[in-house]
Amino acid sequence: MTQALIELSDLGFSWPGHPPLLDIPAFRLEAGETLFLKGPSGSGKTTLLGLLGGVQTPDRGSIRLLGQELSELGAGRRDRFRVDHTGYIFQQFNLLPFLSVRENVELPCHFSKLRAQRAIQRHGSVDQAAATLLAHLGLTDPSLLERRADSLSIGQQQRVAAARALIGQPELVIADEPTSALDYDARENFLRLLFAECREAGSSLLFVSHDQSLAPLFDRNLSLADLNRAATPLEV
Amino acid sequence: MYLFRLAMASLANRRFTAILTAFAIALSVCLLLAVERVRTEARASFASTISGTDLIVGARSGSVNLLLYSVFRIGNATNNIRWDSFEHFASNPKVKWAIPMSLGDSHRGYRVMGTTEAYFEHYQYGRQQHLELADGRAFASDPFEVVLGAEVAEALHYKLGDKLVLAHGVAAISLVKHDDKPFTVVGILKRTGTPVDRTLHISLGGMEAIHIDWKNGVPAQGNGRISADQARNMDLTPQAITAFMLGLNSKISTFALQREINEFRGEPLLAILPGVALQELWSLMGTAEKALFVISLFVVLTGLIGMLTAILTSLNERRREMAILRSVGARPWHIATLLVLEAFALALAGVTAGLALLYIGIAAAQGYVQSAYGLYLPLGWPSEYEWTLMAGILLAALLMGSVPAWRAYRQSLADGLSIRL
Repeated sequence: MTQALIELSDLGFSWPGHPPLLDIPAFRLEAGETLFLKGPSGSGKTTLLGLLGGVQTPDRGSIRLLGQELSELGAGRRDRFRVDHTGYIFQQFNLLPFLSVRENVELPCHFSKLRAQRAIQRHGSVDQAAATLLAHLGLTDPSLLERRADSLSIGQQQRVAAARALIGQPELVIADEPTSALDYDARENFLRLLFAECREAGSSLLFVSHDQSLAPLFDRNLSLADLNRAATPLEV
Repeated sequence: MYLFRLAMASLANRRFTAILTAFAIALSVCLLLAVERVRTEARASFASTISGTDLIVGARSGSVNLLLYSVFRIGNATNNIRWDSFEHFASNPKVKWAIPMSLGDSHRGYRVMGTTEAYFEHYQYGRQQHLELADGRAFASDPFEVVLGAEVAEALHYKLGDKLVLAHGVAAISLVKHDDKPFTVVGILKRTGTPVDRTLHISLGGMEAIHIDWKNGVPAQGNGRISADQARNMDLTPQAITAFMLGLNSKISTFALQREINEFRGEPLLAILPGVALQELWSLMGTAEKALFVISLFVVLTGLIGMLTAILTSLNERRREMAILRSVGARPWHIATLLVLEAFALALAGVTAGLALLYIGIAAAQGYVQSAYGLYLPLGWPSEYEWTLMAGILLAALLMGSVPAWRAYRQSLADGLSIRL
């Protein structure tokens, strides 16, 4: 068996003073795989992403990212490890409004030498990498680059966020409900572009959403409730 | 460096609050520096008002009072002293020179002083500087000649040869004028930055001549009047003067002569050492001066607390910004540094603008302050002390910046990557 990108085993987590929220016996995400993880709000999905990002630490069990056991790293190293290997796309408003589109895309390269290096290796410069990624994601107009991020439409902003997650080819892209603010056609369009770029960068995609209609587009789809033994039965 | 760019961009995004905050700091810094500069200059110009004089002698009152009317032309003498007392001490072998002074008249708000040529020869101010004429000559044998201080000439636009009339008393609006005996401007002194600039100097003879036909504090009427020409031919030796200054042959004899004067049996006299009296006077003003300093420090503190409040209130609405930064790899200490940088940038902008305001203010008010208060405010570079003050303010801002920095640090650790807003 090849090394998994993410490997969870016997993971347990609870917020202080609350019943166990996560109890995941096993979970794997293979390199280059796109996975749809279905999880309604309150199902512990945000917490799981926090654990994968090394922002929270589990009560028990192990989280391995690229074979590295996260709990073996200190908080600072975990932060660095996260930005070196993971790109994030969130729901909405996940750009810094006061920076230009280009600066938003380049943000991870300022905090991760590795990703800046990779961007330069592949595209010649960080600026070029940003422009190329944005063009691939359908933002071809060069004048867009220097506009303030909040002057773009929501759809455009999400593509900028995707470019930011992908710059410097992180091994993992985590997307947390990135399409919830888009209409259906735009959603599918956005996903196809995202898939294409992930494939090109060789990144795995962990896509978390409650919107089942997108699931068929992914290599694999899972429900967090099935994965998580601590899940409370759905009321709906 | 990149963090600084981020901090600036974030501030620019909140530019209205940021500008107001920096402006509040700027005003407070300007106030503090202005108070400090006025204080320093006042002290310096105060200390340099008189030098080289060993003793000042007047009618017995308080030393501060004597200093005030004889040197600063403020207030009035309680009593005159007799001319023969002056002559008695002027001829004392310990005395090198003596300057008699007769005060009590004025011209359009400026004091008139009757004295002798010895004044121009021996009076010193600052670092042992003598009075110098900018134009013309000292008054000579004719009693109706006047030598103007620099400011009097400038403010009232007098030039050599002009005639002017003195007023009786020192009130700004005089009801009784010596208009029958006009004076001619024969000399104008160079600027000294001391009360000399605001004084009109006439000879003791002139002072005597304008009062020669006065009885009981009012001018004589009708036949009793004496014209200027008549007065010129009369004996104009004064009966009394207001005070006199002494320069001694040896400093060592200062205290001996002081005691001798204070114990003089002819009439009650008071001799003071100008340096000691100056210090006494300054210590009186010291409390007000310190209070002013403390008040302006508190104003600066208020400005900084305003900044702290502005940053702290912004923290909550910026949780998203922090979370985004965290998600692209900023570590909690990056977030904390951002906030410290923000506070520093605000304070730096405030201090810089405050300094600019100070210079604009000095440039604008320099002339007025000089003429109204005789205080020269230099436009020079900030002194070492002023740099220290400004550095202190920046340091205080950094310390205050660490409060929101700490909160943001905690907050970003707790929030992680999730955006709760």
